[in-house]
Amino acid sequence: MSAGPTTITPLATYRNESPYPFCPGCGHTVILNHLNEAFRLLDRDPREIVLVSDIGCAGLSDQYFATSAFHGLHGRSVTYACGIKLARPELDVLVVMGDGGTGIGGTHLINAARRNIGITVLVFNNLNFGMTGGQHSTTTPAGAVTSTTTAGNLERPLDVAATAAVNGAGYVYRGTSFDKDLPARIAEAVRAPGFAILDIWELCTAYYVRGNQFSRQALFATLDELGFATGVVRHEEVADYGAAYRAANPPRPDSPSLPPKGLEPRFAAALARRFELVVAGSAGQKVRTAVRLASEAAILSGLAASQRDDYPVTVQTGHSLSAQILSPEPIEYTGVETPDALLVLSTDGLKKVGRHLAAMGEDGRVFAVPELGELPTRAPVTPIDLSRAPGKLNRSLAALAAVLGALGLLPKEALEEAARLGPEEYRAGNLAAIAAGWSLASGL
Amino acid sequence: MRELTDGSTAIVRGALDAGCDFFAGYPITPASPILMMMMRELPRRGGMAIQGEDEIASIGMCIGATMSGARAMTATSGPGISLYSENIGLAIMGEVPLVIVDVQRMGPATGGATTTGQGDVQFVRWGTGGGYPIIALAPSSVPECYTLTMDAFDLAERFRCPVFLMTDKELNLTATTVEVDGWRAVPVRERPARAAGGDAPLPPYRYDPPADVPPLAHYGAGEVVRFTGSTHDERAFITKDRATVERLNRHLAAKIDDHGDEIERVTLDRQPGATTLWIAYGSTAGAMRAAAAAARATGRAVSTLTVQSLWPVPERAIREALAGIERVVVAELNHGQYRREVERVAAGRVAVSGLHRIDGELIAPEQFLEAAA
Ligand SMILES: Cc1ncc(C[n+]2csc(CCOP(=O)(O)OP(=O)(O)O)c2C)c(N)n1
Ligand code: SF4
Ligand SMILES: [Mg+2]
Repeated sequence: MSAGPTTITPLATYRNESPYPFCPGCGHTVILNHLNEAFRLLDRDPREIVLVSDIGCAGLSDQYFATSAFHGLHGRSVTYACGIKLARPELDVLVVMGDGGTGIGGTHLINAARRNIGITVLVFNNLNFGMTGGQHSTTTPAGAVTSTTTAGNLERPLDVAATAAVNGAGYVYRGTSFDKDLPARIAEAVRAPGFAILDIWELCTAYYVRGNQFSRQALFATLDELGFATGVVRHEEVADYGAAYRAANPPRPDSPSLPPKGLEPRFAAALARRFELVVAGSAGQKVRTAVRLASEAAILSGLAASQRDDYPVTVQTGHSLSAQILSPEPIEYTGVETPDALLVLSTDGLKKVGRHLAAMGEDGRVFAVPELGELPTRAPVTPIDLSRAPGKLNRSLAALAAVLGALGLLPKEALEEAARLGPEEYRAGNLAAIAAGWSLASGL
Repeated sequence: MRELTDGSTAIVRGALDAGCDFFAGYPITPASPILMMMMRELPRRGGMAIQGEDEIASIGMCIGATMSGARAMTATSGPGISLYSENIGLAIMGEVPLVIVDVQRMGPATGGATTTGQGDVQFVRWGTGGGYPIIALAPSSVPECYTLTMDAFDLAERFRCPVFLMTDKELNLTATTVEVDGWRAVPVRERPARAAGGDAPLPPYRYDPPADVPPLAHYGAGEVVRFTGSTHDERAFITKDRATVERLNRHLAAKIDDHGDEIERVTLDRQPGATTLWIAYGSTAGAMRAAAAAARATGRAVSTLTVQSLWPVPERAIREALAGIERVVVAELNHGQYRREVERVAAGRVAVSGLHRIDGELIAPEQFLEAAA
């Protein structure tokens, strides 16, 4: 990824001419100088390095480098870096974020670590929000005085490094801006193929240092007191997510995908006007697939069909409804207010069609399994009794075939052809259901 | 040959045919089928599809990937658009081509996850800070889902900005019959090459005049590329220089405002002698067209205007449609969000009323006929 032959002469610096804007003594300056050293160690073309900065004082960093750069929104730097790296794995993608970013964007950190997307995150951890006026952050130690914890911080600080490590990040380091080997560690992190993070503690001289009489010694003492591990916390050979993704998904250009399932009309239906049919059953009754088959049969018969399915989000329980429209004309409006016919297959289905039953008049037709008893509608109700059919029979399709046959909506051959065009494993069963249903049609 | 298919499939086909090679999204009804299809289809074509940890990550990854040269799309519904909000602003400011599909459901909040709605129309227009113009297309049929997805990719490239494709649950999840050769593909422009012929490439944020759209520079293509969401100069360095700031802000508005004619997409079906005009978009327009056919069958003249480019408002086309009209009905599945725009264009010269439905069902053709009675 990052290493490899390069044709350019090593750059003296990856910085541009602009002087850093930070307060005197600010740790950001020190870390960025280490970062520049790390770039020199890595010896990469600055065009191949993308420095992604978060927000805050740390977020200003990218402007002082001659590399490519991305300065986005607060807490989201990791997401941009992931997108950049996923689409162009050959780039070295580094994130500079403050401790503020670890709070607002914590989920992105955890998830990039978990996935091992091969970016390198540098957390400029100065224990508070510098830019906005020294407010406490997710990493502010308990007891610390900040502009928003004037009586001392009550919150436990986030262990950024341990969080990344426990979630499988390939490379995790915790140190401070005072570490002499920081350039080497940063370079090591960039070379690690998986997700890498360096939690770098440092001083915000404008706020945290002033509010807490903080110092280099105090910083080390705090790390000690908290028992936060320092140095290389984890270094495992894990694959970059993008590389793993590409290995697991080889391109298959010749495998057809999303082909139009073209149906050539070859049967004739007698239907002369738009006809609306609602089938109401329960989850598991294969209502949707039965109606789908009938929709395809309609197309095979030269009609237009539309199908709107309705089922609860808990798909394996409750009702399953399909509203089907058959029409000799193109269907512009897919809504169904008062269906011409209604097929009720279960109590779950019945509960959902009260408004249809109430709206349907004497010119409507209701078909229902006999066990549902009396139905509240003015439309004539015809029972469809499949209780003696073999146990394995697809009753929804059989009942639907019976209704389509009884109403003369579609020819039987079209249903059979649609079944034959469908998945092989269901073919025989569907043909049997159509035959069983059709034999009932004339008696309905 | 005909097939039974839905808007979700049409959008995925449109995206693939437009050259989309990066997708990131987070599951949400009724947009999830797009995510699932893209997760299946993109890798086998050498692209990449990611399910983000949330919508913020999803759009963030799309923006990052685009800056690495990808053509990216994301898809969600109203709640996800809320989470996209800040990054929509970033894509506007950083001038990132991106297609955002909003499969509308009934809101607010979780609303009716499985019920259709058109309540995001003003939301996408004003959905991020700053008040900058955006482009939003709204297909009104399954084949239009295909064509306008391709259009959305093209416009995103043309204007280097996020483009919304606004559909709704009905259009995306209801299967309907489509002619297999009825899919109309449109050309999607290539990203212009930079640094041609050894010349130093133009700074990626130089626009003169302000409505100019300079070619996108992306990472890993032989130049140092900077990007920022902050107010910037032509090389993406943060600036407060008043003249530069003003030029940038003028540019972001002018590049879209001054090119309305390139974006405008409407279908005017003018009936001789009609003094009533119905206006609709999305799935509501299908019912409108069915109602118009029914009205005409009984000898009533009604003209219809289907608006496929909601933003910027196709004011010229609307004004043209208003000629000779005494009465306009704007039909939509909300409290009258687009009616406001039509009223603004009509400027009191024509009576504008609204036909609304907010119970989760479509506006029925009968309702149009009653509204016109
Ligand atoms: C969404 C959002 N909320 C709030 C802010 C305001 N803001 C700017 S910088 C910052 C905190 C920065 O702190 P940190 O990340 O620790 O960086 P430092 O300034 O300490 O380097 C905040 C909250 C913002 N830019 N965006
Ligand atoms: S406010 Fe703090 S973090 Fe910001 S520049 Fe000053 S010292 Fe550094
Ligand atoms: Mg900080």
